[in-house]
Amino acid sequence: MQFTTMLWQLLEGLGVSFYIFSLTLIFSLPLGLVIAFGRMAKNPVIRWIAQLYISIMRGTPLMLQLFVVYFGPYYIFGISITDSYRMIAVIIGFVLNYAAYFAEIYRGGIESMPQGQYEAAHVLGYSKAQTFFKIILPQVIKRILPPVTNEVITLVKDTSLAFAISVTEMFTVAKAIAAREKTMAAFVAAGVFYYLFNLIVAFVMQRIEKKLSYYR
Amino acid sequence: MSVLKISNIKKSFDGVEVLRDISLSVEQGEVVGIIGPSGSGKSTLLRCATLLEKMDSGSLEYGADAAAWVNQHGKTVYAPNKKLKGIKSKFGLVFQNFNLFPHYSVMKNIIDAPVSVQKRDKAEVLAEAEQLLEKMGLADKADAYPFQLSGGQQQRVSIARALALNPDILFFDEPTSALDPELTGDILKVIRDLAKERMTMVIVTHEIDFACNVADRIIFMADGVIVEEGPAEEVIRNPKMERTKTFLNRMSRQD
Repeated sequence: MQFTTMLWQLLEGLGVSFYIFSLTLIFSLPLGLVIAFGRMAKNPVIRWIAQLYISIMRGTPLMLQLFVVYFGPYYIFGISITDSYRMIAVIIGFVLNYAAYFAEIYRGGIESMPQGQYEAAHVLGYSKAQTFFKIILPQVIKRILPPVTNEVITLVKDTSLAFAISVTEMFTVAKAIAAREKTMAAFVAAGVFYYLFNLIVAFVMQRIEKKLSYYR
Repeated sequence: MSVLKISNIKKSFDGVEVLRDISLSVEQGEVVGIIGPSGSGKSTLLRCATLLEKMDSGSLEYGADAAAWVNQHGKTVYAPNKKLKGIKSKFGLVFQNFNLFPHYSVMKNIIDAPVSVQKRDKAEVLAEAEQLLEKMGLADKADAYPFQLSGGQQQRVSIARALALNPDILFFDEPTSALDPELTGDILKVIRDLAKERMTMVIVTHEIDFACNVADRIIFMADGVIVEEGPAEEVIRNPKMERTKTFLNRMSRQD
């Protein structure tokens, strides 16, 4: 097998990895905010449910969660699993897991906001929604960028866990090539690709941080 | 009609009575100074008046609008939120720690509430805000962000922000306490200028001389009650109550 063919196959896999990565972010970032609200809710039942959710998602392996989402419908409800469900299961699993981590990051950011910001907004007549979306959230986003960057970089690497349910992302491809060709080259190339992917992520996050540094 | 009328406010925190039956009314153009030792309840009184804190009982009226009242069963009820929102535009509050919005420029800090809360015309609000900044001596700071300003400048922006809503009454909660001594003069001058324009104000302060100078009436609070009140000169130069004398003595010894 030619080196370039291998690279093309890996790049195709990388496309799938990127797909998992983007969909996970698109859904888990807002879902995390909702869970964070649940975690901080006045209602103790809602608070408890959110807390339990976060604790399970953080306390069990992501790979196991992927299995549960993928095989659950069959073992629990007897629904037969179609091939197209593979990718859906990966997205669901990743979103549910990452939302829990993001929820805790949001909560930390929201709770670190000084009470005076709420009070000033309250006296000026802002509604609760206006206060949150205009005054609090923009400042929270700036505060939580460093921990979010951490999570996003971890996510790039975690996409490789999708191999557990045979989604053909880059790691699955690399493993297949390595087994077939009996060489490490595919793993090395995949490693380089993951690394470059994360370099870009770090660069983008740094740009965003810089963009938000116009105030303190 | 009084601009502000507070009657029989009571407020406890975890069983500790912080305000015990306080009544106060403020007339149009009047400047009221509230002094007293820390823990006397003066800040809590302002927080109840500005709806930051819910009083346990009592009534609260701004002009003809009641924010809270005692119903026929003797229970204190607050007006519905929609009504309270309207009432909030009748007063402004200047905080000890300014509480400017750090992610907004000076100008945006001032115009955002009039535009997005009061839904006023942006061009009109901008023109007014420019005048306010001029008045505060900050005309060149419109595009600056709060972190680029000194404490005194930030406090002046926060006064402009409160004034931009055209309130009938302005509350100050120890407006100079977070400032370096050499910067307090700026703020005191701004407040004095507002007093000259007959702005109705209630000022909680530790600056006794300033209170005496700017206020028409002084209220001395201790342990959640009004111990003594009267014309500024009289309360400060010739206090009648022992408690007031002790407090003023202690304050003047600190200077």
